[in-house]
Amino acid sequence: MTPAPALHLSGSARYDGAPVFGPLEFTAPAGTWTCLLGPSGVGKSTMLRLFAGLDSGVTFEGSLGAEDGAPLQDRIALMAQSDLLLEWRTVLDNVTLGAALRGAMPDTERALRVLTRVGLADHASKKPGALSGGQRQRVALARTLMEDRPVVLLDEPFSALDARNRSLMQDLSAELLAGRTVVQVTHDAAEAARMGDKILVMSQDRLTEVPPPATTPPRQFDAPDTLVYQGQLLRLLMETA
Amino acid sequence: MIGAARLLAAGILVLAIWQTVVWMTGVPSFLLPAPAKVAQTMWDSRALLAEHSVVTITEVLVGIVLGAGLGGLSAIGLAASPLARALMRPMLVLSQAIPVFALAPLLTLWLGFGLWSKVAMALIIIYFPVTSTFFDALMRTPPQMLELAKVMGATPRATMWKIRIPAALPGFTSGLRLAAVYAPIGAIIGEWVGASNGLGYLMLLANGRAKTDLMFAALIVLAVFTVCLHYAVDRGCTAALNRRLR
Repeated sequence: MTPAPALHLSGSARYDGAPVFGPLEFTAPAGTWTCLLGPSGVGKSTMLRLFAGLDSGVTFEGSLGAEDGAPLQDRIALMAQSDLLLEWRTVLDNVTLGAALRGAMPDTERALRVLTRVGLADHASKKPGALSGGQRQRVALARTLMEDRPVVLLDEPFSALDARNRSLMQDLSAELLAGRTVVQVTHDAAEAARMGDKILVMSQDRLTEVPPPATTPPRQFDAPDTLVYQGQLLRLLMETA
Repeated sequence: MIGAARLLAAGILVLAIWQTVVWMTGVPSFLLPAPAKVAQTMWDSRALLAEHSVVTITEVLVGIVLGAGLGGLSAIGLAASPLARALMRPMLVLSQAIPVFALAPLLTLWLGFGLWSKVAMALIIIYFPVTSTFFDALMRTPPQMLELAKVMGATPRATMWKIRIPAALPGFTSGLRLAAVYAPIGAIIGEWVGASNGLGYLMLLANGRAKTDLMFAALIVLAVFTVCLHYAVDRGCTAALNRRLR
């Protein structure tokens, strides 16, 4: 993996002439986990999509990219709310999908190691239909890890999971994505409070940085300072909306 | 099993109505022969029926294979290329405005009295449903999957073969199911217009000689074949689709 770059965005996005967000300034420090917290519809996902180079029909005015100036293309991995597993491919073949799509030889041994790290080595030859929702999202995480990109964009990847699986996935992701520049979009104050090195509350016209507790993520969900901080974030969400 | 039982019940019901109509109206045999007489004819003429069935069945199966192949390739071409879409789609729609029946004499003129004019009829009649159902499915790949592929740096060709086509296979099989029902129609029309063998030819021949019982016999063989083909394709498609998800 190449060194993880910091990300920046400065500008505004419009859709059909109507403002989506901004003008605002966003930075995600290199090799850390940045949470973008906000209610639905304030353009959090739009910002991620702009970084990923995906067309969402919005017009963006301003600048965005990596601080090191090199293009972001081929340095980004994306994890969405839906696991996007291909039902007809085995778990292993889903993990090596990226190589298959680039016409490269899949590194099966590494894929099996990655599957072991997410605890699914025994399921490598199963089809996704045989897995639970939590297991499927772990396969999606394995697929993301397999890409080995320095920048990882997470668009509410755990929001469809039950509370227990969500916590497990948060711990696992924090461990396995450490050292990468991660930007996670979420509408869940508890998740932001657990995961973020840097937490930004987004509303249509501004980003408010809320300094998190001094503990290192993933913070314990029941630690008093995490809970107080979570309340603080929720309060801010209520007031800005 | 339940499907087969229902089919059998429906068949018995039709036979009962048929026999009742013959008894109650006393209609002459050359207009509407009784089921028993048709059954007798089927048995007596089994060699003749078999000989002509083989011809029609061959036409239908070759037509389905070629039509499904061509239709599948066309759908992939249309889905892959916006230029092909712009050029071909109006032509496809226009081609549907021409009644296939009207083409049959031309095809016979061009391809002769043999197998190929009937294969061409069957092919033409199934080409559009196969192409359009598969094409629609190819254009409905979940956009998030295409975005994931884009972020992964996928080539368009790999995206087509590894994501879009496998995801659209259920659409292709719906086209095949329609083809199984339509293809026999095409083959029979072809045989009516010009042929020296086949069930359609036999029906015309029997009709011309007032052998209505033989005509019914040929019709029943055709219907049974079409139903069997429909079930075989339907079961085959369902099994294939299920197996790849297990």
